[in-house]
Amino acid sequence: MAQETEKLLMDAAQLEATLQRLASQIAERQGAEGPYHLVGIHTRGVPIAKRLAALIKNSGPIGVLDINLYRDDLSAVADMPVVKETSLPFSVDGAHVLLVDDVLYTGRTVRAALDALFDLGRPKKIELLALVDRGGREIPLQADFCGKRLSVSDREVVKVRLLETDGKDEVVVAQGAE
Amino acid sequence: MALKTPHILSMSDLSREEIEFIFQTTDSFREVGGRAIKKVPALRGKTVINLFFENSTRTRTSFEIAGKRLSADVINISKSSSSVTKGETLLDTAKNLVAMSPDILVVRHPSAGAPHAVAKILQRARVINAGDGAHEHPTQALLDLLTIRDHKKKIEGLHVGIVGDIAHSRVARSNIRGLQTFGAKVTVVGPKSMIPAGISALGVDVSYDLAEVLPKLDVVMMLRIQTERLDAMPFPSVREYSRFYGLNPQLLKKAKPGIVIMHPGPVNRGVEISPEVADGPYSLILDQVKNGVAVRMALLYLLAGELESVKGEA
Amino acid sequence: MKREAYLIKDVRIFDPALKLDQTGDVLLRDGKIEAMAKGLKPEGDLEILDGKGKVLVPGLVDLHTHLREPGYEHKETVETGTRSAAAGGFTTICCMANTNPVNDNAAITQYILQKAREGASVRVLPIGAISKGLQGKELAEIGELKQAGCVGISDDGMTLMDSQLMRLAMDYARGFDLPVLTHSVDANLAKGGAMHEGEVSCRLGLKGMPAEAEDIIVARDIYLSGLTDCHLHVAHVSTAGSVELIRQAKRRGLKVSGEAAPHHFTLTDAACEDYDTHAKMCPPLRGEEHRQAVIAGLADGTLDCIATDHAPHATVDKETEFDQAAFGILGFETALPLSLRLVEQGAVSLERVIQSLTSSPMAILKRPYTGLQVGAVADVALLDLQHVWTYRASEGFSKSRNSPFEGWEMKGRVLGTWVDGKRVHQG
Ligand SMILES: [Zn+2]
Repeated sequence: MAQETEKLLMDAAQLEATLQRLASQIAERQGAEGPYHLVGIHTRGVPIAKRLAALIKNSGPIGVLDINLYRDDLSAVADMPVVKETSLPFSVDGAHVLLVDDVLYTGRTVRAALDALFDLGRPKKIELLALVDRGGREIPLQADFCGKRLSVSDREVVKVRLLETDGKDEVVVAQGAE
Repeated sequence: MALKTPHILSMSDLSREEIEFIFQTTDSFREVGGRAIKKVPALRGKTVINLFFENSTRTRTSFEIAGKRLSADVINISKSSSSVTKGETLLDTAKNLVAMSPDILVVRHPSAGAPHAVAKILQRARVINAGDGAHEHPTQALLDLLTIRDHKKKIEGLHVGIVGDIAHSRVARSNIRGLQTFGAKVTVVGPKSMIPAGISALGVDVSYDLAEVLPKLDVVMMLRIQTERLDAMPFPSVREYSRFYGLNPQLLKKAKPGIVIMHPGPVNRGVEISPEVADGPYSLILDQVKNGVAVRMALLYLLAGELESVKGEA
Repeated sequence: MKREAYLIKDVRIFDPALKLDQTGDVLLRDGKIEAMAKGLKPEGDLEILDGKGKVLVPGLVDLHTHLREPGYEHKETVETGTRSAAAGGFTTICCMANTNPVNDNAAITQYILQKAREGASVRVLPIGAISKGLQGKELAEIGELKQAGCVGISDDGMTLMDSQLMRLAMDYARGFDLPVLTHSVDANLAKGGAMHEGEVSCRLGLKGMPAEAEDIIVARDIYLSGLTDCHLHVAHVSTAGSVELIRQAKRRGLKVSGEAAPHHFTLTDAACEDYDTHAKMCPPLRGEEHRQAVIAGLADGTLDCIATDHAPHATVDKETEFDQAAFGILGFETALPLSLRLVEQGAVSLERVIQSLTSSPMAILKRPYTGLQVGAVADVALLDLQHVWTYRASEGFSKSRNSPFEGWEMKGRVLGTWVDGKRVHQG
């Protein structure tokens, strides 16, 4: 394995501030559109959605979406990805959904998430929030809310670490990984 | 995690961890089964062939629904093995099917070991044994184990009775292996003429007296009596069998509270199980059917990955 | 026509029936063993072979083989089968009657013998059927079968279940001084069976044939032998029970003999794991206790001889579901090294092994045994007991490939086989 060197993009305080800022943007828009149904994409989209819900005092249930069954690369993989829980404890029909993910990159994950959502019902409107938009889109798709915009090369990996999943809050760029 | 075995031929191919993993995957597919649109695109472009040399509407349908809910192309091929001359049946058919580049072959056959023979000649496709003679029926055992776990929260330490024609039962053999993998105690029960010689090889307790064993059991699996499959009747009459080895409300009074009753189906009502018991509160028969589709979806999904040693199959 | 002549120098001359074990030169000429002595001078046109470290034995005799001709020439013919036999060191073999048509009349016997004259590498002695068409319903023309050249009768593969007809057959055969060779499997008790009944069959979910299915028939036939005074030869004994029954019968002085097949003393039913159809034969491979009993029976002479039950089958008969696959395996080219394993393991003496492959089967056929002596017919085999080689069915001479010993390391090899002084195999 190549030696990884990581560069810090956000520390815990910066991450917290970013979430605060996103929360106030959501709250502002939510006023006009009615309450959002927050849906986190596995894995780190889920705790981000939960934190945002708490910040905007949205007490509605948080949806959880696993997109593995909708990936567009399954026909070529050797080991099928582990399928995790999907749970939308509200009716998708007519809902105003805010999809939440940690990093927006090629856009394929969001595309799969959209397919999954449409299999579960017919939402009125879907918006997208990404904590980090690292560029490199392969399909025409943009975030409605974005915590931080970056431009990094394909060889770099943006990693979001959260207390709930990784034991600490930070965002880093790793070099020469994979 | 991935399954180590390329094929699902026997429950002994699967470790406890692998079975747990299959169950975890099954949970996701149970959620899919609860949706209005019960279909996901995961196996789009994959081909599943149900190759059935023996009639079994329910197993075939279960695999077919599972494959279709995963968006695989599902092809059903039914052959009566008696109508084709021997030797040409199985392997020739399998070789011909390879030309269709299937990803998964689901094989049901009246001869023990037939899916093994098919698996040996395949290079790319995976085989799922959907029942081979008196050998095994692993997907049935997986759904049975899952059903038990749903209701008892655990399998380890349970005492499970399997009642009926053990000698000819692939359901019994698969369940025995699966239950033992999870540390359950198994007692097989039936007239001695239906207990196979060499039963000690399976590491189970044996009883010829259902009334005596029933009060000790946490789970009882009633096997279907298939008189049409037997070349000599191993008991005097269905009536007598039912009297000594059938489960009826009166006998059930002796059971532990919380006992659960299972049957792989189709049920011979009034023979191995009375209608009141089959439809009663302890019966898990319908849960078994429901879990069948989800377990098979999980297996099809987990086996759909490309084998690493793909050798350009013609 | 010029006759072949061979001078084998400094060879170990080994014929336990004649209590012969010495080193010297052997001259084979004009179909006879012309001379046996130390330091023979080569005279005339002959081929000299270095026999140092090698063993010369009488040609091997196999009481139980299937040459498949007429009727199943895609599996084997008299020509290919006897060529394979020669490669295994055999010079005389008996072929069973389950051809198509069945060898239940003189015309078929004559046909087989004609084929043998035309292209056989070794001597062929047909075994006639007991019952017409092996159907177990009425007696075959046993007298004419003998007249035509049959040396015994057997419904091999199809146990004669009708005890009354069996009694008649044995009475009748006694009158013609023919041994009755039996394949002992109770057809009802073993119905639908694909392998030995036991723990392995239980695990594999295959229908088993209990050992008792053999014991019951062996016991019945021993009683019938006593009743009829007919010589009973129990073929391919596979169970501890039948070894013991034969042992007791011999003690009582009955005319009963028995044979062991190499696969029964080499393999157990564990070979059926993974549904390997090459491990499917009848009688089936049994448990270890039975295997040991067969070895003990061979060692103490309860089982008189070793016979291969060479049963070639085409790929389509074996590449199929286990319960649908044909019974039987190739035998000729693996028999000697598998038998020598028993010597290597110290279970059976070399004397017993060679006897059970030479003089003992001849005695059962009541045929004169000349062995290795001057003036005897030159039916001999030259062996290298130390030679280690790998068995490949595809390198053998049979038309078929069905052997569970594929890829096995074998010790002991046939370097040459002579029938009537003619070299029929060179290894
Ligand atoms: Zn036989």
